[in-house]
Amino acid sequence: MSLQSPLGRVLGLGSAKDGTGHWWAQRVSAVALIPLTLWFMFSLLSLPALDYATVRVWLSFPMSGFLALLSVAVLTYHSYLGTTEVIEDYVHSAGMKVLSLMVLRFAHVLVGGAGVFAIMRVAFGS
Amino acid sequence: MPARARPTSPHLGIYQWQIGNSLSILHRLTGLALSLGLPALCYWLVSLAGGEESYAQAAKLFASPVGLFGLVGWTFAFLYHLLNGVRHLFWDAGYGFERTQRHASGWFVVAGSMALTLSVWGLIWAGHRA
Repeated sequence: MSLQSPLGRVLGLGSAKDGTGHWWAQRVSAVALIPLTLWFMFSLLSLPALDYATVRVWLSFPMSGFLALLSVAVLTYHSYLGTTEVIEDYVHSAGMKVLSLMVLRFAHVLVGGAGVFAIMRVAFGS
Repeated sequence: MPARARPTSPHLGIYQWQIGNSLSILHRLTGLALSLGLPALCYWLVSLAGGEESYAQAAKLFASPVGLFGLVGWTFAFLYHLLNGVRHLFWDAGYGFERTQRHASGWFVVAGSMALTLSVWGLIWAGHRA
C-alpha cells in the first residue's frame, strides 16, 4: 500500500507523466482566449477597411498592439498544447514522437515569435 | 471472472455515429485547422510590418479564391471551436451532463457557429459593397 495521496499521485505521475499540468494549462489558455480572440475579431470587423494605412494606424495604438501581442502569444501557446496532445494520441513510435514533438515546438516558437516581433515593429514604428 | 462481458471502449469501425462523438471529432479537426491558420495570421502581421508592398502581396493572396476559402473556413473553425470550447468548459465545471442538455448544447453550437459565420461574412460583404 502506498502512503502517497491521490492528489500527490496525479500531480506527479499521471499516465502521460505530467499529471494535470497540461490539461489545466489548456483550460487556462482557453479561458484567456475567449475575450482576446473576440476583441481581435470585432476590432478587424469594425475597421472601415482593411487596407495598409488603416490597419497600420489601428495596430500602432498602444492598446491594440498590446492586446494583439497577447492574442498571438496565447494563441500560439494554446495551439502548441492542442497539437502536442494530438501527436501524443496518434504517434506511437518513441522516435517519431520525440521528433514530431520537437518539430512542433520549434514551429510554434518560430511562427509565434515572428508574429509577436511583427506587432512590435508596427508598434515601435520600425 | 465477471458473469457477463463488461463495456469496452468504442471501436470506431462499429461505433454508431451520434451528435456527441461527431462534435468531439469536429472540435479536434477545427483545432487542427486553426493551428494551420496561425502561420497565415502571423504571415499577415509580418507583411504589415514589412511595408505597403509586402502587405499588398499578402492581401492579394488572401483575396484569391483559395485565400477566401481559407478565410471563410477559418472563420467557421474559430467560431465552432470557441462555442464548443465554452461547452467543454461548462462540462469541466460539472454542468450540462444530462442527455437532453448535451444534445441541446450540441445543436446550439452547430447552429450558432453557422449563423455567426454567415453574419460575419455578411457584414464583410455589406461593408465591401458600401
